[in-house]
Amino acid sequence: MKRFNVPILLVVLLTTLMGLAWFEVIDLYIQTIVLFMGINIITSTSLNLVNGNMGEFSCGHAGFIAVGAYVSSILSVALFTKSRTFGAPLLPPELAAYGFPLVLIIGGLAAALTGLLVALPSFRTRDDYLAIITIAANYIIISAIINIDKIGGARGFMGMKRVIFAMEKCAEIPWMILWVFIFMVLSIIIIRRYMSSTYGKGVEAIRQDEVAAEIMSVNTNRIKLVTFMISSGLAGIAGGLYAHTIGYVNPKSFDLLKSTEALVMVYLGGMGSISGSIIAAVVFTLMLELLRPLQIIKWVAIPLLLIIIMQFRPEGIMGNRELSDIFPRLKKFYKFK
Amino acid sequence: MFDTLLQNLLNALQWGSFYSLIALGYTLVYGVLRLINFAHGDIVMVGAYIAFFISSLLLGQYGMPAFLPGWAVLALTIPLTMVLTSVVGVTLERVAYRPLRRKGANRLYVVITALMAGLILENGNLLLLGASRKKFPEMIDKVVYKFGSVYVTNLKIGVILTAILSFIVLHFIITKTKVGMAMRAISYDKFAVPLMGIPIDTVIVFTFVLGSSMAGLAGILFALSYPILDPYMGMSIGWKAFIAAVVGGIGDIRGAFAGGFILGIIEIMVVAFFPSSYRDLIAFSILLLILTVKPTGLFGVAQTTKI
Repeated sequence: MKRFNVPILLVVLLTTLMGLAWFEVIDLYIQTIVLFMGINIITSTSLNLVNGNMGEFSCGHAGFIAVGAYVSSILSVALFTKSRTFGAPLLPPELAAYGFPLVLIIGGLAAALTGLLVALPSFRTRDDYLAIITIAANYIIISAIINIDKIGGARGFMGMKRVIFAMEKCAEIPWMILWVFIFMVLSIIIIRRYMSSTYGKGVEAIRQDEVAAEIMSVNTNRIKLVTFMISSGLAGIAGGLYAHTIGYVNPKSFDLLKSTEALVMVYLGGMGSISGSIIAAVVFTLMLELLRPLQIIKWVAIPLLLIIIMQFRPEGIMGNRELSDIFPRLKKFYKFK
Repeated sequence: MFDTLLQNLLNALQWGSFYSLIALGYTLVYGVLRLINFAHGDIVMVGAYIAFFISSLLLGQYGMPAFLPGWAVLALTIPLTMVLTSVVGVTLERVAYRPLRRKGANRLYVVITALMAGLILENGNLLLLGASRKKFPEMIDKVVYKFGSVYVTNLKIGVILTAILSFIVLHFIITKTKVGMAMRAISYDKFAVPLMGIPIDTVIVFTFVLGSSMAGLAGILFALSYPILDPYMGMSIGWKAFIAAVVGGIGDIRGAFAGGFILGIIEIMVVAFFPSSYRDLIAFSILLLILTVKPTGLFGVAQTTKI
């Protein structure tokens, strides 16, 4: 029974959410917030893999989000809709519902390949030098996108809403909630399983002492390569979901401020704690929305709040522990690998 | 052709001077505390605004009679701004960084706090002063010197000379004075230094004073050269200066100085020969290449670690 508790809980949660959206109990605004929560969870857990578990300091996560967002948007717009840029749809729009996850995964793969831009220099550099490489990579990616005029350059790229409409022609269900939820759970499972695999032990070893790990025959280069690629690939999927939720992407919205947001979520949750990242992503998204009426004061209040949290709890909400470490009794009720 | 190159080189030196001055501040704090002070770019912005208010006050825009000539106003504004900006920097250290350091928090949490402090400075400014941009007053008349077909303004010469001069002063402080020796000692071994009777907090405050006054100086010079102020002006130039500091080899002020000029020269030369939107792409690709070939930066020395 213990094995099925988490899957059952997740299915119940998903059906409730979709039912609420389907019967229009929650309006589009609340739906968007829920979607952002899911997307932010993917972003923060994937960054946590590099920053928390591996102990590197990557501050260019938004670059990979941008790659995923652009690749998957371009593909889905070109394949399933009629657009001014790409002309008639290459595939019948009825296939959109089935093709969409594939498109997202291709976006993730593209982002994982861009992750090489950071992973390869990381063989020889570490710490703050690596931090710089990630910042530079973020600048390079944004700047490259701005210079490709075919996909809108600095003006941005749109048309993804029509893909959603095409999907809704197949079946009138809230598709985005379904896909965000599925990919969120998938990415958490991937990260969790990765961290409990042999590679995961290597990642922990690299965080504690890279040189010692290498002496103990951990193939650090290989582990760094795989970890960076998984992290950036998941970020790319988050980007694809983000682009399709908003329906419009602009290179400026993936600058270092976006990376900062991801960093804040990771460190607010606690380094190396998956449940911490999830809680922080939810709290942070809610905080952004609840404080919206304050307008510009919001952008002073949130950093101030975070500084105060850091002063009183300098290890983040969860530290490096998981939920089941804090409440050991929970272990009786669920098993999550 | 040669003239254009020379003209561009002069522009690049001016642009690189800003990066160098800001990178010097970054590297000072980093060298002593191993802390990436991400709020530094915004301290530059604060410096520019402080200079704006002081000079407007002295030029008689807030009802005070203007009794000083322009050059005297500038001569007063520079030291006053440097002092006030370093007050801001030290306050930041006292309020945000020191408590965390005392608690022994992970280094990266201090970095996040610095990022948040930068956001507060930016948006607090936006909140207090509104979104309208400020026009920095002109204090000295522009003089253009002409050598052949190369034009040089007095401002350009001033900016480049100031950057070189402040580098020399800093280099002297670090290598020749007692405080400089203490700074190097803390960077070498943070735990043994207090045992030797060196007041570590005083030295750290001094470091912040030096770094922030460099930021204030950079703020004034930037505002004099590009006299439009807005709250977000420090952000992007701050990040870029940090990258310059790292390419030079962070923690070494020669590295910061050289790195700033390298980044300035690359950026201006790219703009001179390619469309300007390629600036970031090419500049950062070159920097990435430099770091891949020489991972510790130009002046950095690989550290040996004990296991």
